[in-house]
Amino acid sequence: MWYMCVFFHRLLDYRKPEVEALAELFGAFAQDNNGEIHSLEWKLPKNFHPDNPFHFVNIPSEDIARNIAKRSILVKGMYEIWGEGTSYEQLEEAVNAYPDERKLPYLTSENTFKINIDSFGKTFSTQEQKELLQRLAFIPFKGRVDLRNPDHNFWFIEIDKYEANNGLPPIVEKRIFFGREIGAADRKLLPTYQLKSRVYIGPTAMDAEMAFLMANQGLAAPGKFVYDPFVGTGSILVAAAHFGAMTMGADIDIRVVRDGRGPDRNVWSNFKQYGLQEPISLLRADNNLPPWRAGLKEMFDAIICDPPYGVRAGGRKSGGRKLLKGVVGPYTVPDDKRAGHIPSTAAYSLVECVHDLLDLAARMLVMGGRLVYFYPVLREEDSPDPTFPEHPCFKLVAVSEQILSFRYSRVLLTMVKVESYTEKIADTAKAMHLDFKANHLKWLEEGNLHSAVFAPAPTSYKQGENGDSNFSKESKPKYRGKYV
Amino acid sequence: MRLLTHNMLSSNIKGVTDGFPLKIEAGKVVEKEVDMNTDFLKNIFTKIEWKPFVEAAKTLGYSELPEDVDPSLLDSQDFLTKFHHALLEIHLEEGALVCPETGRKFPVSKGIPNMLLHEDEV
Ligand SMILES: C[S@@+](CC[C@H](N)C(=O)[O-])C[C@H]1O[C@@H](n2cnc3c(N)ncnc32)[C@H](O)[C@@H]1O
Repeated sequence: MWYMCVFFHRLLDYRKPEVEALAELFGAFAQDNNGEIHSLEWKLPKNFHPDNPFHFVNIPSEDIARNIAKRSILVKGMYEIWGEGTSYEQLEEAVNAYPDERKLPYLTSENTFKINIDSFGKTFSTQEQKELLQRLAFIPFKGRVDLRNPDHNFWFIEIDKYEANNGLPPIVEKRIFFGREIGAADRKLLPTYQLKSRVYIGPTAMDAEMAFLMANQGLAAPGKFVYDPFVGTGSILVAAAHFGAMTMGADIDIRVVRDGRGPDRNVWSNFKQYGLQEPISLLRADNNLPPWRAGLKEMFDAIICDPPYGVRAGGRKSGGRKLLKGVVGPYTVPDDKRAGHIPSTAAYSLVECVHDLLDLAARMLVMGGRLVYFYPVLREEDSPDPTFPEHPCFKLVAVSEQILSFRYSRVLLTMVKVESYTEKIADTAKAMHLDFKANHLKWLEEGNLHSAVFAPAPTSYKQGENGDSNFSKESKPKYRGKYV
Repeated sequence: MRLLTHNMLSSNIKGVTDGFPLKIEAGKVVEKEVDMNTDFLKNIFTKIEWKPFVEAAKTLGYSELPEDVDPSLLDSQDFLTKFHHALLEIHLEEGALVCPETGRKFPVSKGIPNMLLHEDEV
């Protein structure tokens, strides 16, 4: 059945992947479960730009459509459209032609209802709203109006010329829709979980909206087990736990993962604050040298994380810097110093970090399990189209870009485990691990996209003084697209 | 640290061939209630190394677990309750995990095992 899916006009690249992930979670593809990766059918209203909020999507049942909408973060509303047109006359004709058996059950005298008016980039005055409502008098509503808590919400959506600049090309032709609401996102979650009121946060804590989107990509749900190998203050696991998943996290930094800012301001307390099930486990561990026993595999349903490649929290791994450089010979920590010894660490390059993450995920995810993580991308004019990490065990199913500045963006990648972790794959990964260790410096230099991405911008770019700079304010494209 | 975690960890010090299971030095042990999820338990059951699990539970003072198990037990509510309790509700708050080969101690403090290796152990 086709529904109209209206999105919030933000995080444009994340919207369809969220619906696709939730469709999987709620069993939209259950009937042909042959290990294939499925996706939904989408259509655009006539003449609409792909980045506009209005889309049609084919979902097997109303229940699934409702579950998707309610669990989503970016679906403003999922509607059963009763009619559409370019004029009120066309709309009336279409609604009248829509089958009675789809309409009458929602119009009875026992049901309360409310008609909402919506638009895009435009607001209606009270007078205009009244006039619009009068145009719907032809629909035989028998029930009582209840503006607060109606049994059924109806939507009258008129899309005409935008008054506000929303970054989209101008409307070709006015279009009007009328439909019944199936469900909508519960955005009240966001103020509840906003970082501003979280007891313990750090500089790289994931904002609540993104954390929920990540948890949705990871299909977090009761009975599932979700791992974050770079847990930090736990903000991603908080979102997963909100959806009922069991969680586990590790971090190399003991102050962050254990000490926090005191007894009631730490990772555990972030779960308590919202009445969530606390993590099954928090560990101090290095993702470069994971502490798992031999033979342990397929433990987690999802691995969801924000790996350490930012300026604010570049990655570290075990092993002294000088040791890895070969400046000093192998060094033994004196026995009397062991207890309080703080192991020194070395820089962890982007390629190595991603290699370790994919290897961990290939081994530790169940078949069909999901790896969801951020990957940085350079946006300079002459930089080639980004390519993303690949692995024989995984299929990439979603790529969602969020532009952070003129120079770089981050891309949320969702990969599904489609092949099991064989000994051969494990051996190749092990050889690579040793190569990273043996050629530490070479990998740091060549493999560090992170330094390219996050190094300070050359001043000419910053100031746009060399005339042809692509990065000056003036040349910022009018069409904002993915900025929203 | 819960016993599920203990069942997953080993000492990965360079040169150690079998760092599992880690011995437990129990300092402070607490119990925390966790909602029971049968699906979760059934999934995890197949991943557990049972003997070390039973031993670890005993070290922390819980000896109700059967020595031998097979999947048919998962239909028993009584078994699930005990399994759930041992797996998720007993919590080592302070203590250490000890490498069975080298005796190296991995401290557990505030419930968090410190599995980071020293630079000469990697
Ligand atoms: C981008 S932050 C993630 C923050 C986290 N999402 C939060 O909510 O606070 C990356 C984290 O990875 C940790 N880290 C860096 N190198 C690591 C390594 N080799 N193994 C495990 N954690 C590491 C850092 O201490 C930092 O907390």
